[in-house]
Amino acid sequence: MSTSAHTDSGTNTGGGPTRGTTPAPAPTSALNASRTAATAARVLRQLRHDPRTIALMILIPCVMLLLLRYVFDGNPRTFDSIGASLLGIFPLITMFLVTSIATLRERTSGTLERLLAMPLGKGDLIAGYALAFGILAIIQSALATGLAVWFLDLDVTGSPWLLLLVALLDALLGTALGLFVSAFAASEFQAVQFMPAVIFPQLLLCGLFTPRDTMHPVLEAISDVLPMSYAVDGMNEVLRHTDMTATFVRDVLIVAGCAVLVLGLGAATLRRRTA
Amino acid sequence: MMNYPPGPPTNDDTPSTASPSTPSASPAVRAEDLTVVRGPRTVLRGLDFTVPRGQITGLLGPSGCGKSTLMRAIVGTQAKVTGTLDVLGSPAGHPTLRTRIGYVTQAPSVYDDLTVRQNLAYFAAILAPGRAASERRHDDVTRAIADVGLTSHADALAGNLSGGQRSRVSLAVALLGTPELLVLDEPTVGLDPVLRRDLWNLFHDIAARRGATLLISSHVMDEAERCHRLLLMREGRILADDTPDALRTRTHTDTVEAAFLHLVDEAIAADRTQQKETAR
Repeated sequence: MSTSAHTDSGTNTGGGPTRGTTPAPAPTSALNASRTAATAARVLRQLRHDPRTIALMILIPCVMLLLLRYVFDGNPRTFDSIGASLLGIFPLITMFLVTSIATLRERTSGTLERLLAMPLGKGDLIAGYALAFGILAIIQSALATGLAVWFLDLDVTGSPWLLLLVALLDALLGTALGLFVSAFAASEFQAVQFMPAVIFPQLLLCGLFTPRDTMHPVLEAISDVLPMSYAVDGMNEVLRHTDMTATFVRDVLIVAGCAVLVLGLGAATLRRRTA
Repeated sequence: MMNYPPGPPTNDDTPSTASPSTPSASPAVRAEDLTVVRGPRTVLRGLDFTVPRGQITGLLGPSGCGKSTLMRAIVGTQAKVTGTLDVLGSPAGHPTLRTRIGYVTQAPSVYDDLTVRQNLAYFAAILAPGRAASERRHDDVTRAIADVGLTSHADALAGNLSGGQRSRVSLAVALLGTPELLVLDEPTVGLDPVLRRDLWNLFHDIAARRGATLLISSHVMDEAERCHRLLLMREGRILADDTPDALRTRTHTDTVEAAFLHLVDEAIAADRTQQKETAR
């Protein structure tokens, strides 16, 4: 990424090293807790000036669950499996949308360029976003899970805390995917279209509509490499088993690993120098 | 290659062509054969120039001549830069420069959904992170808001401000900390005459009292008179690198605007003769 402008061939002999009047600048390490926290606080502060978005993010999953519960009024078993899956899918979708638009705005408003000309590490920015939206995801998932388990009689064999854990990891994955695809969107229109492009195939293949092992073998193989499949698998494990199964641990690790991997890819799309 | 010693702004009409007499004060920016390619176009074509320290250097030229690209190259956000470009003694884009340069893009780059103070507080926290610096940051933010005359709007959302006010918020961000070099891309565009005068007084104050170097682009020629030095650009090349007085004297004109037009006409004529010769 560095350019050949950095051909500092010691031609600066006349003046010797520059003695700045200010103390040595703070080092720009990969991850700085204060800068990450400041970024997360800033993202949350921006959202606080937009209460409608917060309300929509938090209420819509609850309303959908409520709707679903009475759609399957005569068939509570179906609600159990679909409801649990959706608890994992909602945070993924909302965080994907919010993050992709937020980072796209950061790119188009010029604030990203300004930040990257400052001593902000790319990791600080990504982690700041992940932290801020992670906090929102906790609130969203806690409300949705609480509503489903206590008021809509979602029949969960395992601990609701594990449902919450998977939901949180899904939110992180959504944030990561949103950050990543925003690099390829030149406008809000394109960013929104990435939702059907990136999320819908996963939604169809994740086992929500039909168990994955009953799909065409090709589709099943594809679903094996899509992270949302493991998010839904994890939810279903909690639904059916009292304790943490090995499959559950595997699912959780895969979702978390994917989130971290995609966050890393997202960081790689942030360029200090652009054409 | 034009090469002038950095020094205090003088009113003498003869551009000094002597070799640099004060080598200890290395220039704030030094470019040699600086070339920038954007897509199919070569935007900057082998520029050689220096920007002296502690002065206001105006970067003037018609829109599209490469002013913004040059500024982005100096700040280190421009890709595909070749040649030598040293800024404050380090190659442009060097990580240690990130706290020492204040940069304002042409379009205001602030968060519309944050208040003026919240915007500045965030950028200040990036420049000087940590709880230990929190008091200093607070003072710094208050001072920067006062510098651009937005104290009465400190708690207004940036998105609710007028265009001129938003660009001043963007300018205030660049004033945070104590940047040794301020790179300002058309900071006074769209501002009324009173504000423009106030900002130019602020720029002179920053140069004189903080000893900072300012590189300010503009296409308003009357602002050029307020600079210590001028870089006149046209089509990716530097037409002139001189003091306003020296430019006027050299071209036998009364204003920088007339001097600039004179130089442009000269350059166009030179281009034509060159084209004719190559055609032959």
